[in-house]
Amino acid sequence: MFPELNNLLNTTPDQVEQGKLTLLCDAKTDGSFLVHHFLSFYLKANCKVCFVALIQSFSHYNIVGQKLGVSLTTARECGQLVFLEGLKSAVDVFFRPQEEPHPLQFLREANSGNLQPLYEFVQEALKPMDSGEAAWRCPVLLVDDLSVLLSLGVGAVAVLDFVHYCRATVCREWKGNVVALVHDSGDAEDEENDILLNGLGHQSHLILRAEGLATGFCKDVHGQLRILWRRSSQPTAQRDRSLTYQYKIQDKNVSFFAKGMSPAVL
Amino acid sequence: MPSDGCSNSLAVKAAAGAQFLGPNRGPRLSKNPRAPLTEVPTTTSAHPGSPCGSASAKDSVEWEGRSLLKALIKKSALCGEQVHILGCEVSEEEFREGFDSNINSRLVYHDLFRDPLNWSKTGEALPGGPLEALRALCRRTDPGPVTIALDSLSWLLLHLPCTTLCQTLHTLSRQDSCHGDSSPGEQVHVLGLLHEELHGPGPLGALSSLAQTEVTLSGALGQASAHILYRRPQQRPSHQTQWFSILPDFSLELQRGPPLESQPYPDPHTPSMDPTTHLTFNLRLSKKEREAKDSLTLPFQFSSEKQQALLCPGLGQPTSHIFYEPDAYDDLDQEDPDDDLDV
Repeated sequence: MFPELNNLLNTTPDQVEQGKLTLLCDAKTDGSFLVHHFLSFYLKANCKVCFVALIQSFSHYNIVGQKLGVSLTTARECGQLVFLEGLKSAVDVFFRPQEEPHPLQFLREANSGNLQPLYEFVQEALKPMDSGEAAWRCPVLLVDDLSVLLSLGVGAVAVLDFVHYCRATVCREWKGNVVALVHDSGDAEDEENDILLNGLGHQSHLILRAEGLATGFCKDVHGQLRILWRRSSQPTAQRDRSLTYQYKIQDKNVSFFAKGMSPAVL
Repeated sequence: MPSDGCSNSLAVKAAAGAQFLGPNRGPRLSKNPRAPLTEVPTTTSAHPGSPCGSASAKDSVEWEGRSLLKALIKKSALCGEQVHILGCEVSEEEFREGFDSNINSRLVYHDLFRDPLNWSKTGEALPGGPLEALRALCRRTDPGPVTIALDSLSWLLLHLPCTTLCQTLHTLSRQDSCHGDSSPGEQVHVLGLLHEELHGPGPLGALSSLAQTEVTLSGALGQASAHILYRRPQQRPSHQTQWFSILPDFSLELQRGPPLESQPYPDPHTPSMDPTTHLTFNLRLSKKEREAKDSLTLPFQFSSEKQQALLCPGLGQPTSHIFYEPDAYDDLDQEDPDDDLDV
């Protein structure tokens, strides 16, 4: 969790907004620091988290989480975190009877293009408990990342449908949050990815877009972050809804500063 | 019946709302189909049998169009129309948020958001999926003017074949002509929200040919603008650009354009501040200062007084002379005067 990012977004683990879809997007840079931020943020906020991790292994996220002050192992043991490790369970799909449902069932079916099993996994993981175990504040779904689903052969519309159902259930019904990362390839010919990115953009309440610098690599400024608030209940001027900051990723923190105001430059 | 003033202001709204589907707008404007529109330079010429207006609003991620759609819906509801909403993208609570109870009571929300593909199997899904929901809207029988809002056409277009959607929309906007007894005042206005980036030119073209009014949203310098294309039967389409803002209660406020229209590519992320505020020097001269500046003669300017002063040295001025007495050892070589410099 990066306190400076919390300040920019005007939020703290004590006051979590509910019912929101946050779209993380990276273009010409690596936006995974945003995923680590939201993972540690919601764990610290005492939310029940379902993390669909298709990119890295559990131990990778755990090591980064430890740097940010959360233990994924502990969270998983006490039931706060439900971790779907895509890299491992993708193999399981092929070594189990076909009748048993598997969240990544689409890998096995040539042209199903349907993410309903994955949605049902999320639904099962975050379903509010009836018993007195209701210690968690609100359910949160975190996906890293959705673009890889396209690479695995799922259509953009199917991914949009998956997010749609997650919104309808997690955000609307259970007043929780959904956070998802999508890469922006910047490639005009990658139509599926464009549809996914823009379709999610229209569904989301907050868009965080990490971009590499147009001028190329820089040692002291790693990129810029654009923050766009959409669908606020109070329509405001566009200027108040959109902000741009530059950032530098450090060992355990990320520092943000106004454009051109890097301490190394001044 | 709403007054003409109401329908006129509706026209203004429609004119301002670039995100609505065009075809709906026309009918809305023309409660009385031959009433002149105040904002659009010509009169609407819808005949009683002409297609009902349908309007489409096209928006983008940065300039979202749902608030404009809601502003238009509010206007319709205030005019006493029943409003049917086919909601695919936001929940009913979220859509109704911001409307007062008077307006909410006129809205009928057909919830396609909760379970559009029948994954939940809870029986809450609209039977038959999106297409059947659309057809059900076509078959509605309640009398009186009706507005149908599709939120959004993009979702429908991603899940239905383009031809099917266009045919259904066509039926939807023409349904009044199927009932022989309906008067021209009881037309159906169809509003649609379309996310332009999600579709290729083919489906966009097909939908826009169905729409009577097309509103495309964009903006500059924090101000939203709507480009309105209005097609009238047998006339040239008219274009109009309108700057607007949506108030928190979803009423529409038309505005003049941003002050700095001359800047072609303003950066919306840097606040515009006057760079001349804290200068250590003046950029402008007062009248007195300008006179003093004009009367000053600069040192390099050659004037007749200077010429006179050089030609006729004044009596009081000391005149200087150089006296030179060659030394005996001075070796003056006329051909090489610098001979002694050892160069």
